[in-house]
Amino acid sequence: MTKKTESNTKSRPEAVDVEQWLHVYEQMVKIREFEEKANELYLKAIMPGLTHLYSGQEAVAVGVCEALRREDYITSTHRGHGHCLAKGASVDLMFAELLGKEAGYCRGKGGSMHIADPASGNLGANAIVGGSAGIATGAALSAKKRGSDQVAVCFFGEGALGQGLLYEVMNMASLWKLPVIYVCENNLYNEYTHYSEALAGEVTPRAKAFGIHAETIDGQDVQLVYETTKRLVERARRGEGPAFLECMTYRYYGHHVGDISRTYYRSKEEEQEWRETRDPLKILADKLVAGKLTDQSVLDHIQADVRSEVEKGMQFGIDAPYPDQSEVNEDVYA
Amino acid sequence: MSTPERELTFAEAVREALAEEMRRDPNVFIMGEDVAEAGTPFKVLSGLVEEFGKERVMDTPISEPGFTGIGVGAAVTGMRPVIDIMFGDFLTLTMDQIVNQAAKIHYMSGGKMKAPIVFRTTMGATRRSAAQHSQSLQAWVSHVPGLKVVMPSTPYDAKGLLKTAIRDDNPVVFIEDKMMFKMKGFVPAEEYTIPFGVADIKRRGEDITLVATSSMVQVALGAAEKLSQIGISAEVIDPRTTSPLDKQTFINSAKKTSRAIVIDEGYEAYGVTAELASVIADGAFYYLDAPVKRMGAMDVPIPFSPALEDLTVPTEETVFEMAKSLCGRN
Repeated sequence: MTKKTESNTKSRPEAVDVEQWLHVYEQMVKIREFEEKANELYLKAIMPGLTHLYSGQEAVAVGVCEALRREDYITSTHRGHGHCLAKGASVDLMFAELLGKEAGYCRGKGGSMHIADPASGNLGANAIVGGSAGIATGAALSAKKRGSDQVAVCFFGEGALGQGLLYEVMNMASLWKLPVIYVCENNLYNEYTHYSEALAGEVTPRAKAFGIHAETIDGQDVQLVYETTKRLVERARRGEGPAFLECMTYRYYGHHVGDISRTYYRSKEEEQEWRETRDPLKILADKLVAGKLTDQSVLDHIQADVRSEVEKGMQFGIDAPYPDQSEVNEDVYA
Repeated sequence: MSTPERELTFAEAVREALAEEMRRDPNVFIMGEDVAEAGTPFKVLSGLVEEFGKERVMDTPISEPGFTGIGVGAAVTGMRPVIDIMFGDFLTLTMDQIVNQAAKIHYMSGGKMKAPIVFRTTMGATRRSAAQHSQSLQAWVSHVPGLKVVMPSTPYDAKGLLKTAIRDDNPVVFIEDKMMFKMKGFVPAEEYTIPFGVADIKRRGEDITLVATSSMVQVALGAAEKLSQIGISAEVIDPRTTSPLDKQTFINSAKKTSRAIVIDEGYEAYGVTAELASVIADGAFYYLDAPVKRMGAMDVPIPFSPALEDLTVPTEETVFEMAKSLCGRN
């Protein structure tokens, strides 16, 4: 589109794109590194409880959130670290929350499965599968009522397709043309069960039956996730109603960090194949390098910077104090 | 007051509270099944859609969990929804959204989020509506930290408490007795609200304390009148909200009278009566001349046949008999 005669303009669109894709890459690396450290904290018995790792699915959270504004809403899931980070949460306060510390996003009261950061539009992770479908749809209703052009994104896994709430709220979202996008991260497994054993029929026709625009895409290609979401967000902002986006993806780890022996429900070969041939970080890196938009050293530099940020953040979380016991009955009521 | 004494029905008082709050605050809206033109099956909301339009009096599909959840989402993003759950029995359908979502969101977020939302619902048997439209499930919601629970017993209380509920920054379950909608009572034309956690002494007495909620307040007042005819002076106390609970008012009353009966239309087992009785037993133990008695619904699914249904809830007669016997009179 840019003519050669305009080459004296300060930045060519490709340059803008490169900056954006490097940012996207950085966000995905941040999630990957964060989850590696979260796993380490579990294995070293430093973290109380369990956590559900997002590694492998980074392109979905980052691709979607990159298409949103800060004031747009998201609701997240038990596997929610990626969504929080992608929407703008900072690593140190997240580690503090994972470790039950006062400095955490929820002052240590929420933990891994309940991180909420309304300042970045994150209305909270939710430990009830599909439990936030109402909240996301209600946030969209609220945006419409207040006359803002905010959009709400509801992240959920394909396991939530078994929950009735989702269908109730999709029905109302379509009736009332609400600016909500239902992002179904199909990572193939409902906890320890392949989704084909739990889901009859197909996925997108469920949404289409409500008159909701629905698409299925490769959730490992962050550029595709971004471009698709951008289109759906613009549509929603224009008042054209909800959309449903199924992203085919894969979680590298088990259902949670303690789910280590999992060959009874999926093979090591399958895991290896996804890691080697469909890794979202690698896919983007290869595209950027092959297209000569950047070179490997730039990506390595990003990786090193992020690793150092994540290590610092983890140390911050470890060093942070626990909440005072007097806080146990604070904030029960507003 | 210069205005002549004004009487409204319970339903009119509820409607007036909603209308006043909707005029006062554009963020307040109503959502539920058949709330607009139909005004609910009980006609409590009749006329509101004409004044406020369908955007603020929103009819929903028959999807209780769905519209309850949507209400929670609207509440955490700046609105003040009033969710209409037609029959209290349908609370069971909405439990995840009320209990796991609305009630916990403030605490789980370390105080960063809040859900100012009212769940208006109903309770009460003897309407010949059988087992799935007659329960009084206040104990279920009173059990949950993070919820407030309101049980008005007069038109005056209904209006003042509902206005407070709508202005509260927490999720509030507001339970109305279906059998009281036509009951008339004094409601001033002037603006007023009633704070939560303040019990009301509905009748003063010296010999026995009757702590009663919602539908059971009239029953207790009727029993007190009968008791007065045999020389027993009963004090009737209405907690008005089970959460927060004004413990001190009825502990003080029990200390004064030395005898207490707690009456609530919910099931007796593990019910509101159990909680209130334990509060009295704990707070007034050394002053009591008799064990604290509890009267709730019989622990059976509410039967349809009038011959059976009427046996399941406390009445003026059964309360009168219990009080008489507790006072050592036969």
